[in-house]
Order: sequence, then structure tokens, then C-alpha cells
Amino acid sequence: MHGSWKGRDVISILDFSRDDLDALYYLADKYLEKIQNATPLRTLEGFVISLAFFEPSTRTRMSFETAAKRLGAGVIGFTAAAGTSLEKGESYADTIRMLDGYSDLIVLRHKYEGAARFAAEIAKHPVVNGGDGKQHHPTQAFIDLYTIRRLKERLEGLNIGVLGDLRYGRAANSFILGTALYRTNTLYLISPPQLRMRDETRIILEDLGVRFYETESLEDVVSDLDVLYVTRIQKERFPDLSEYEKVKGSYRVTRRLLETRAKPDLIVMHPLPRVDEISYDVDDTRYQAYFKQAYYGVPVRMAVLSLVLGKEG
Amino acid sequence: MVEKHLLVSRIEKGTVIDHIPAGRALAVLKLLGITGREGYRVALVMNVESGRLGKKDIVKIEGVYVDEEHAKKIALVAPEATLNRIENYVVVSKKKLEPPEELEGTLTCTNPTCITRKPREPVTPRFYRVRGKKLRYQCIYCSTIISEEEIVRQLAGEHV
Repeated sequence: MHGSWKGRDVISILDFSRDDLDALYYLADKYLEKIQNATPLRTLEGFVISLAFFEPSTRTRMSFETAAKRLGAGVIGFTAAAGTSLEKGESYADTIRMLDGYSDLIVLRHKYEGAARFAAEIAKHPVVNGGDGKQHHPTQAFIDLYTIRRLKERLEGLNIGVLGDLRYGRAANSFILGTALYRTNTLYLISPPQLRMRDETRIILEDLGVRFYETESLEDVVSDLDVLYVTRIQKERFPDLSEYEKVKGSYRVTRRLLETRAKPDLIVMHPLPRVDEISYDVDDTRYQAYFKQAYYGVPVRMAVLSLVLGKEG
Repeated sequence: MVEKHLLVSRIEKGTVIDHIPAGRALAVLKLLGITGREGYRVALVMNVESGRLGKKDIVKIEGVYVDEEHAKKIALVAPEATLNRIENYVVVSKKKLEPPEELEGTLTCTNPTCITRKPREPVTPRFYRVRGKKLRYQCIYCSTIISEEEIVRQLAGEHV
């Protein structure tokens, strides 16, 4: 049934169909239940998974490591290029070849866009992209869609808002592409003009016939939304800091804004880490979905690992 | 002052490249490696009226035939061009150029953090053609889109 996943590289969410994602969610549901019942699993016993994080990561790396260990797999790897042979001048390609020789699957993160696709060309074993520069973060998008599916019980017909850095943020970019797989009612893309989505993403949305609306104002559209996906607006993206100071307040999600403007069943998501784009007073409201979203990271990544290695169960 | 139908005289044998976008004739010559010092008789017609393009350029080169490899490159700066082979003052074959669906190694990705720009990695830039009216290519690694102006700049340099 899940034959289409086995041995596949996971580079971009665009490489997957809705059927593929249904198989993923089905298995993630199963793993979620096992986690909640503290049932030990030996699904991937005897497998070794490489976690090659050429760029620092906390959540993605730890949830992949947890996912691998919960399935009984062994884990090798590193975080940040410091301390590896890359410091001695070894090429990225050679490092990938080495990891490919040691392990059955490589999860990687790199600051260069396209690093995962290039690794997949070199490696014989499957490669899972844990984030390549500003481009893709497919497993985050799987988790985000899974969260919506669990909390809203559907992925179609929703008004989804994506707020923040839509230009350089890989999580936002992958999420936007992920929603395009479903018949979203309207996609509201909310950002300052300099952080609007890139042309390559726009072309895809247009090709897929997605109805989207770009705006600078959260206040204007928040009452229409069923889902609000928040990402951080990074200071360093603004050539002029006073420009940043001007806009940052208007992209802040507060309890007051939600209670006065939002639909009562709106869910607020965030790939985390958050800094101050969602105020802490939202945490204990019914809108908050970001901690659940983070929690779903493990069962979804368990499903990814076991499907790609062809050992679900 | 100018003859209405024939701006420059016909050539006996060689190549006529027609329907070049206005202002790109020099880029086409550059891709063919023609500097003028080779001694070929070359005629350049720029910014003449064209039904299809509005304005166009034409290049006529006596004694030179364009091979496949050069034709592929010319198609990137003149996607609508036609290549006419002339023998005895007569067009003996006419070929409409078509930019390829995929490119390997011809262009450099403009994104400085694309994996193909990382020094000392054994990776060749590859691109797919983007559907649509304008000629554009997209990097298969980082998805960056390369515009037609950028393609001309990379292949023929800033001055054309």
C-alpha cells in the first residue's frame, strides 16, 4: 500500500501526492497512539540513520533522533560542520559518500539551497531533507499539514493565513507549497513587501490554480482565517533597522487581537522557535496550536523514516 | 534613402539569421565567435520592422554555416530566430530555433548560496525551461529563476 515511499528521497513537498501524504498521516496516527501508550517498537531495529546537520538545529535534529530511537534504529551524526573533516577542507560530496557508506538513510540540513538534492544524486541510500538554506523543509510541512488535519479534521476548504518572512523562510515556503496540494479556499500571504514570497513559489501557486491574496495587514484579514501560520520576521532581512522597528509591531499576534477579531475556532501555528511574534498570553488560549504542532514532530518523522526504509508497522 | 525591401544585398552562400530580437545581433555574432577580424563578409541589420517581433535584427554571414552547438546557444539569446542556409543566392534550408528544455553547464545559477556555487563541489549547474511566453530557466537545485536578460548577460557579456 505504501510502496510509493520505499527508497525515495524526501527533498521537497512538491515531490509528493495527496495519496502519499494520506499514507503518511495514517501511519503517524498509529505511531502517535504507540507513543501515548508508551509501547516500545522495534520496527527499525538493526538500521543506522545518519543525522548530518551542517547547520545548527535543535527541534528538527532532536525530533528526528527521538523518532529514530523510538523505532529502535541506531543514530550517528553531527551538529554543525565544526569538528568534522569539513573543517580540514573535505568536500560536502565526500562527506555524503562517507555517511552513505555507514548508514541506511541520511537526514541532512545545510545552509546551501539544493544541498539535499545534490546529496541524493550522490548517495545510494535515501536522503531526507531537514532544511536546505531558504528553500525546502518538507518534513516540517508534513507536520504542519498533519497538525491541521488533526485539529480541524480536514485540509480542504480552509482559509489559511501565512504570516512573516515568506521570502527567506524555508518552513513558510514549504508550508505554502504543501497547502497548494489541497483545495484551500483562500491562501492569505501576509508580510511586509520586501518579504513576499519568491517568484518560483508564485509560479507554482499560479500553475496549480491556488487562490491567494497578498497583503501587508494582518488586522485586515485575521477575521477570515481558519488557520494562521506565523513565522519570524528576522531583523537582519531589513537593510534599514528603522524599517524593521516600524513594521514589527504590526505582525505581532496577541491575545487581544485574537479575542477581538478572530473566529473562535481559529488555530495559530508556528514552526518554532518563536521570539516575540506571538505573545505569551496566547499560549493558554484555545487558539494555540504550536505546542501540539511541535509534539506531532516525532510521530510524523517516525512515519517518514519507516516509510522510506520500507519497514512500516 | 533606404531600399524598402532589401536593406543589404543578398549573399551567395552562408547563413542568414532572421528574427533576432531587436538589439541582440551583436550578441549573436559574439556567440558565433565573429569579431570582424576573421575576414568574413558580415551584414548586420538592426531595429527593422517585423510583423512578429515589432522590431528585429538580422545577421548575414557569407561563407559560414552554423553547427548544432552554436545554434543551441543562439536559441538562448534569440529564441524566435530562424537559421537560413544559403547556397547560390537561394535559401536551401530554413530552421526555426527552439531553446532546449534542459540545460547542463551552459549557465551559472545567480543564487550565491546555491549548492552549484559552492567552491570545490563536483556539481554541474542544471536548469529546466520554465513554461510561458518569456524565455526563463529554473535551477534544478535551488529553484532560482534565470531571466532572459540574465541569460544574454551570461552568454554574451554586459556590453550587448
